[in-house]
Amino acid sequence: MRSLVPILTVLAAMIAIWYAGAVYLNANWAYQQAERQDRVLTTSQLIAETWSQDRPRLPAPHQVATEIWETTVEKKITSKRSLIYHGWVTLSVTLAGFGFGATLGIALAIGIVYSRAMDMSVMPWVIASQTIPILAIAPMIIVVLNSVGMQGFIPKAIIATYLSFFPVTVGMVKGLRAPSGMQLDQMKTWNASGLQGFIQLRLPSSLPYLFTSLKIAVAASLVGTVIGELPTGAVAGLGARLLAGSYYGQTVQIWSALFGAAALAALLIVAVGLIERIVTKRMGFGR
Amino acid sequence: MIAALAIWVGGWWANVRLARITGNRWSGLAAPVIFGTTLLVLWELLVRALNVPGAILPPPSAIGLAFASNLPTLWADFVQTFVKGALSGYIIGCGAAFLMSLAVDRSDFLKRGLLPVGNFVAALPIIGMAPVFVMWFGFGWQSKAAVVAVMCFFPMLVNTVQGLAAADRMQSDLMRTYAASPLQALTKLKLPAASPFIFNGLKICTTLALIGAIVAEFFGSPTLGMGFRISTQVGRLALDMVWAVILVAALAGSTFYGVVTLLERAATFWHPSQRGR
Repeated sequence: MRSLVPILTVLAAMIAIWYAGAVYLNANWAYQQAERQDRVLTTSQLIAETWSQDRPRLPAPHQVATEIWETTVEKKITSKRSLIYHGWVTLSVTLAGFGFGATLGIALAIGIVYSRAMDMSVMPWVIASQTIPILAIAPMIIVVLNSVGMQGFIPKAIIATYLSFFPVTVGMVKGLRAPSGMQLDQMKTWNASGLQGFIQLRLPSSLPYLFTSLKIAVAASLVGTVIGELPTGAVAGLGARLLAGSYYGQTVQIWSALFGAAALAALLIVAVGLIERIVTKRMGFGR
Repeated sequence: MIAALAIWVGGWWANVRLARITGNRWSGLAAPVIFGTTLLVLWELLVRALNVPGAILPPPSAIGLAFASNLPTLWADFVQTFVKGALSGYIIGCGAAFLMSLAVDRSDFLKRGLLPVGNFVAALPIIGMAPVFVMWFGFGWQSKAAVVAVMCFFPMLVNTVQGLAAADRMQSDLMRTYAASPLQALTKLKLPAASPFIFNGLKICTTLALIGAIVAEFFGSPTLGMGFRISTQVGRLALDMVWAVILVAALAGSTFYGVVTLLERAATFWHPSQRGR
């Protein structure tokens, strides 16, 4: 709570900068309009005009807010113009990709921790795989899978998976190696089998690392999905809204899609955080 | 098919053997190399054995050929996207974030307000801003640089602010007993203490920069650039060329990352994480 006031101040400053930016960027157009109608704009008129254009270069915050309100609350959920409909399309792909990615990441991490050969040969490539700008190849993956006959859901989920497995692998390897040698020796003196050692020592101690990396992974998965939606011809999803908006110069639509994506990201991260809190509490790590 | 399987088994066996040899610095290098070559050979053989059409997955040899025969085009794309777009945006974004964090560090109020917001914004799909920037700054490299700058700004800001707060209480007190001016405290204590964090931010931004520059080109670009090349060649199903561009991107990304890592090693040689290599 102590940091609430500073956060709100920063947010207020950002919105203020945004309004000022809207005036600055839209002024040119407003002046042109006024000139055409032989009017001279006073400062207050100018500001009012820049904040209420149909296709502004930078829409003012309240315009975006109205657009979001109209497309979420006032539209039917099944409507193609509803932001909730597009958000749901994006969310379902994100979750699928995240699920696959997290599973793959954990499996890889277990392999890396238990097999030295895998550690030495796979780990460098896991890291190298991230220097390839996967987002940049997203359109290719989509087109190629499309020509094989896979459409819509799966190709996007594959991109999201690729983006989300990496943080999980790295975090989980760190976590599974977190128990000290002393603790591992203790398990040995208790004559614990390898499986017992894994379930009762390594897995619990890896959980904090796992959840930290899951939060990163879920955000990455969302970014992957949004980018994956771009080349599908702007059918459905927040990424498609972005692309359609940029084709038709509907800046308000772009910004509302951006905010939809931001809200989705926040929702997902908070959800993972909530699960983390419940799990750690039940395991007795409660803070 | 059988040859592919045999090579897979052979490569695996070699790696298991290698893993047993400990303490040799070459085995640490050889294992990933063997794994990588096994993968490449496997890819080549499988594509040829199963007659996969080149429009779906070209074999590595075809990609190499496309790479070698299109060097001038690829070089022009590289300059347009990487040098003009990614690198300038990277420098602007990271530089601005660095200066901003110096200011933020002076005020506890700002630190408490900006860190959570910055952390949150860093997790957002900022790349979605690309169409907006293309609209503002035109199709040239300027819009790409702007996207990259904004993408790099927040991760860099958060890391640097955290780093500047990393100096011990004791050490800061010591600086005060020495009657050090704020500038002296900054250059002699805070910046060195922050440099591992700063370099971490710089490293994260290297991959972001390349991604941002390429994806921004999907929303509009002049008739060259890596993103432009990928999207047009995908349209023509010339996938060997696309993979050649990806090869360039991977090389550029890895080199960029490597250079920053080398800089880090030179600048923070004293830090525990750099020892024992």
